[in-house]
Amino acid sequence: MSAQPLYVNDDDFFPSNDEHEKWTHAGYEMVVGLEVHVELATQTKLFSASPNRFGDEPNTNIDPVTLGLPGALPVLNRHAVELAMRLGLALNCTVQKSTFARKNYFYPDMPKAYQISQYDEPINADGWLDLPDGFRVGIERGHLEEDTGKSTHIGGAGGRIHGSDYSLIDFNRAGVPLVEIVTRPDIRHPEQAKAYVSELRSILVAVGASDAKMEEGSMRVDANVSVRKPGADFNTRCEIKNVNSVRSVGRAIEYEAKRQIALHEAGEPVIQQTRHWDENDGKTHTLRSKEDADDYRYFLEPDLVTVDPGPEWIERVRAELPPLPAERRAALSASSGQPANSEAVMQVVERDQDAYVLEVGTAANGGDVALALKHVKEAPDLSTVVPAGRLAALTAMESSGAVTATQAKTIVESMIAGEHERDPEAIAAALGFEAMDTSELESMVDAAIAEQPEAWAKFCAGEGKAMGALVGAVMKASKGQADGKAVTALLNQKKS
Amino acid sequence: MSNEIPEQATMIAEAVRFGTVSASQVLEEHLARIDTREAEIHAFNLVLADEARERAAEIDSIVAEGRDPGPLAGVPVALKDNLCTRGIPTTCSSKILGDWKPPYDATVVKRLSEAGAVAVGKTNLDEFAMGSSTENSAFGPTRNPHDTTRVPGGSSGGSAAAVAAGFAAISLGSDTGGSIRQPAALCGTVGVKPTYGAVSRLGLIAFGSSLDQIGPFTHTVDDAALTLEAISGHDPADSTSIERPPLDLRSKLMMGAAGLRVGRVTDLPAGASPDVQQRLDEAFDALAAAGAEIVDVEVPAFGYGLTAYYLIAPAEASSNLARFDGVRFGARTSAPDTNQMYMATRTDGFGAEVKRRIMLGTYALSAGYQEAYYGRAQKVRRLIANDFAAAYANVDVILTPASPTVAFEVGDKASDPLAMYLCDTYTIPSNLSGDPGMSVPFGTGDHGLPVGVQVLAPALQDHTMFRAAAELERYVQSQQEGALA
Repeated sequence: MSAQPLYVNDDDFFPSNDEHEKWTHAGYEMVVGLEVHVELATQTKLFSASPNRFGDEPNTNIDPVTLGLPGALPVLNRHAVELAMRLGLALNCTVQKSTFARKNYFYPDMPKAYQISQYDEPINADGWLDLPDGFRVGIERGHLEEDTGKSTHIGGAGGRIHGSDYSLIDFNRAGVPLVEIVTRPDIRHPEQAKAYVSELRSILVAVGASDAKMEEGSMRVDANVSVRKPGADFNTRCEIKNVNSVRSVGRAIEYEAKRQIALHEAGEPVIQQTRHWDENDGKTHTLRSKEDADDYRYFLEPDLVTVDPGPEWIERVRAELPPLPAERRAALSASSGQPANSEAVMQVVERDQDAYVLEVGTAANGGDVALALKHVKEAPDLSTVVPAGRLAALTAMESSGAVTATQAKTIVESMIAGEHERDPEAIAAALGFEAMDTSELESMVDAAIAEQPEAWAKFCAGEGKAMGALVGAVMKASKGQADGKAVTALLNQKKS
Repeated sequence: MSNEIPEQATMIAEAVRFGTVSASQVLEEHLARIDTREAEIHAFNLVLADEARERAAEIDSIVAEGRDPGPLAGVPVALKDNLCTRGIPTTCSSKILGDWKPPYDATVVKRLSEAGAVAVGKTNLDEFAMGSSTENSAFGPTRNPHDTTRVPGGSSGGSAAAVAAGFAAISLGSDTGGSIRQPAALCGTVGVKPTYGAVSRLGLIAFGSSLDQIGPFTHTVDDAALTLEAISGHDPADSTSIERPPLDLRSKLMMGAAGLRVGRVTDLPAGASPDVQQRLDEAFDALAAAGAEIVDVEVPAFGYGLTAYYLIAPAEASSNLARFDGVRFGARTSAPDTNQMYMATRTDGFGAEVKRRIMLGTYALSAGYQEAYYGRAQKVRRLIANDFAAAYANVDVILTPASPTVAFEVGDKASDPLAMYLCDTYTIPSNLSGDPGMSVPFGTGDHGLPVGVQVLAPALQDHTMFRAAAELERYVQSQQEGALA
């Protein structure tokens, strides 16, 4: 089954990835792929009925399966499968028949000494995610696996197990369902990596798959970084772990790319290894190199059976998907006339206030979506305290010229401050905001020209900058009540 | 009451339900036998006399109140010590579990209890069910009740011996490569490995998860059917459990062999001793005389089973036994750091055969070797399943020896792992294919020791297998009655 895109951009022209800006340094470009682990927002664990809950007393959300007790058997959580499917479909993946494997290694917080993870047959494969600027990041796979417990090493240096006096293990997290989303090595710029993580987080939240809180560890990013001369073959890569914020993603890969470039330039080899990002010194440090990497001895997990969702389930999940952030930005862009990747559109959708803004546009009293977007972007509290109808009334006054942009802003502040019980007309009247008649405004403009003959001469000579002084004088004379657009129009009219 | 205590589970349950004997009387009779002979046989790691007495009294009060105590009312049952029992030590006959007490009952333990059975003890096994003689136990070997210089077979030797010695009317074992059928043959009991997935594995401490099945040892085919009906049926807590109601077996036992097509494998691997082969030939004759049609079939991959098995089972075991790391439960040998603690704990805790198989399996799964060993073994496994499926297109059941020989002497094969592995030549293929198999006592061989004939059937045809087994049992009974007359 081939994946169908769920939405199209408002722009029907997709620029190719090559047309986007690349990060370069000393003639090298970076090649980056990201592996993002997200904890799924299920009630219970991936293979048992213990609660999947962050922040509880250590070792309270446990059971024989979580602890890997002898004789315990895993039973797959159907809700986790559905959330993984939702995410896969949102990332344009093919949702397919999948299996689980055992990844064998010893570590105290890994109860069975193997992790149950999808290996060669993941539930989601071959998708993509379009960044707001149209850059497309290929998705290789999005597979289900269980989380490990959490170790705290006491004593010794740096919180590492080596040299510590003892370790405490909390198994509450063990068995929590994860989806690991692996991109293709498409990313060429730190900003793209950051945008990818942000966009993925928005999608995760939108589809209800995860709360995606990087600070609580429910979303964790690893970056595979290499560098090369443009057009050359891929070079040896390093994997960067412990990247715990969107900002760190950009910093860590930029640091790592520069480190590798320096090695190449010095004629030294880049050794394939796992590196640890240190937020404090802003550097990556060797964690382990490939030579001492574990041999995980993957094999098919015999305690579980093949998961084959089948077309019916897949199509139901697809039909139930909510509008995704990109789709919502496109809708807001179309109604407001602002670009889909403009700050206003991005922010308002991110804050889940796009529905409110669009409601203004459909109000009976003739609201203006572009003006509503501007106000909501600048005043995030609007949507919670002012009904859409009242904001619509204000934008109608503003677009008809009954109040100026500056006055409208003041009215918005009054509404938020508690005067919203009154309608915007009443607030305008109370504040003494009355539409200035044209003759009054014209006499103010004439006065400003008379007072500043030099500025007027420069303006007439085509120096646009000179206009500022003239408009400023009118605003001052009108105590800020003049409509800047009307003043500009009058000045241009008089010039010709 | 002066009624005699019956041996068979079906008869015990009937007598207890009708009140002609009490569960407590039945139990005391069996505990008395344990007192008499357990010291020389060592069937048990733990005898649960107090718990059993309490449970028997409960059954008796249920009967007294006129309520139904269940189809296994008052039947004394012995449990292989790799089945989890809540609050009762479960050792796998290994030092590594220490005094660990499971916080839950295996599904089979729960179902037996619900059916009114009385657990009398936990039986000895080859450590982690790895072996064919019950000599690989950290707590010493079990002896064959028919000749205590000989082994009872394994790995479920304690469970086989417990039934053969009359310590329990029925027992449960687990069968990964023949660990129920081979000791059943050597101890002269019925032993069944049902279709993979027919009985829940929840609470069975895993050896080879894709091969392990739980099944009963009993005196009679009917008892085995009764026990399996009680423990089989879907368990949502085991993902590999088949979504079906309990097996329906007892209703098929009187159908006879007329019209049954019985397969004789013409390319069966050699190795069966003449006395065993003679009994097998007699079994074919017996079924033919009862109206069955004997059909020659080929199962070309049969002979590769042993090799494939000794890659797949250890591979799974190496992973299944990795959790015995000293971190959360069981024994721990202290050491300066975590890795040394793992090594010291596992070095001290596991016996030689377990270590051998963990190393074999780890190697078979390792990068660079996995395709050549584990991968190839999986292909052979599919080949075996296909070959059996092709054979079953023409026959309903297949007869083979259950064990190549009668019980051998303690120590005979202990130092030769390969000779020991060959004990399972005839039983292993049905673990690989997931098909059912059972051993039916069929007279005696050398030294007057029991011989078992193995009946094999396709997956989910356990009832057809039982139909043939019941016919073989009737033949043996008629021979004995003839001898007595």
